[in-house]
Amino acid sequence: MEKKKYQEIVKRHVAKENKKKNALVAFLIGGLLGAFGNLLIEFYSYVFDISSADAGIYMIITLVFMACLFTALGFFDNFVKFGRMGIIIPITGFAHSMQSATLDYKNEGLVLGFGSNMFKLAGTVILYGVTSAYFFGLIRLIITGGV
Amino acid sequence: MTFKFKNAYIENTSLIAGYYEKLSPYAKYFDKIYEKDFYFKEKSLEQAETKLLSESIDLLLKKSKKTKDEIDVIIAGDLLNQITSSSYAILNKNIPFLGVYSACATSNESIIIASAMIDTKHIGNAICSTSSHNLTSEKQFRNPIEYGGLKPKTATFTATGGASILITSKKTDIKIESGTIGKIMDLGVKDANNMGAVMAPAAADTIARHLFDLGRDINYYDLILTGDLGIFGKEILKEFIKKDYNIILDSRYDDCGAMLYNLEKQKEITAGGSGPVCAPLINYGFVYQMLKKKHFKKVLLVTTGALFSPTFLYQKNNILSIAHAISLEVVEK
Repeated sequence: MEKKKYQEIVKRHVAKENKKKNALVAFLIGGLLGAFGNLLIEFYSYVFDISSADAGIYMIITLVFMACLFTALGFFDNFVKFGRMGIIIPITGFAHSMQSATLDYKNEGLVLGFGSNMFKLAGTVILYGVTSAYFFGLIRLIITGGV
Repeated sequence: MTFKFKNAYIENTSLIAGYYEKLSPYAKYFDKIYEKDFYFKEKSLEQAETKLLSESIDLLLKKSKKTKDEIDVIIAGDLLNQITSSSYAILNKNIPFLGVYSACATSNESIIIASAMIDTKHIGNAICSTSSHNLTSEKQFRNPIEYGGLKPKTATFTATGGASILITSKKTDIKIESGTIGKIMDLGVKDANNMGAVMAPAAADTIARHLFDLGRDINYYDLILTGDLGIFGKEILKEFIKKDYNIILDSRYDDCGAMLYNLEKQKEITAGGSGPVCAPLINYGFVYQMLKKKHFKKVLLVTTGALFSPTFLYQKNNILSIAHAISLEVVEK
């Protein structure tokens, strides 16, 4: 049988993914996480009497710490299964991807285990994040003169 | 390539299963279930898988009242790179060892080799073993364990367990009647989350060649089981084998992957089980016991394997597959 004909049979027996529901859940959970982040900013700027920009850094540290702690305790993956991309896309997902990769290799030692596998998933995000930030910065400089 | 065996018999089997398998409808046929965690008091997951295989061999020796000296060879394989779980598990057994690999079709490959060696009277007793561990497979083939990224519904779930079978030249109730060696197939599937679609052509080809070589009709068998196609792969195989080989698989056909878990209760498992130990968990347990009770008399077991490497897939190659078949028969006295 030709490969094309076989692909047609395969296509007939594929499960329908519930994309609309997944998108809605991700939107709501991601939104709630964003609102929680904003609450943290308000809280820190009020309690410590600092600017919103500084409070933003405190907020990031808090969320990253919580994501790492919950991953290490073993239940953050359940949040991911529930909240889907709403949990993965924000900074919590980035911390979680590093922490989970590290946990896999806890028996292989600090250098060959932890060190070389920590950025297994996050490495791509860092590389293309930094590269695109550089180019977008360059474009902004050319267009607006850096303002 | 099909051969008939004259004097290869099954002496006994042993099965050890893990946490997710305890809810299986066929769990009563397992000898031991580790239901607490995935480590079984070992330091790492890889060592835990080694323990599954090692314990299944010890248990088999105990159940069949054999000593290590009476076993001529162990033929084993698993999913981890360089089949290291098997090597470490058999290290202290002091029995000659042959390592084999056909991914999830490993169990039948080892049985065909052992039966052929016994049939030609080179050896008397052989143990065939295989293991897989859900988390070691996740770690090796997919995302980190704790990442918990979502998978499409067609993705199968690697079973955790160790399985061993003792094949002997001494006459018992159940005979290994014939074996068919599979060919490597490629029908252009690149989706690692739809292994059922990858492996269905291999299963179809092996079933068709088995029947052709022996001049049999599919109705000759009371039960036909494929390895780990899952609920979607099973339907693909039914349609494909009907269209391309004109073989109709009716209610006597099922798939071990689709049978292994309680899919209604275990929502995290969408398409069914997979892994080298998936088929043996059904074949060495349920099927073996049913043959012993003469509930079935002639059974065709087709294990299916996706010969999958992430590296080759990322280099834009298709995923290859293979299927090996054996037929078991009740010995009429």
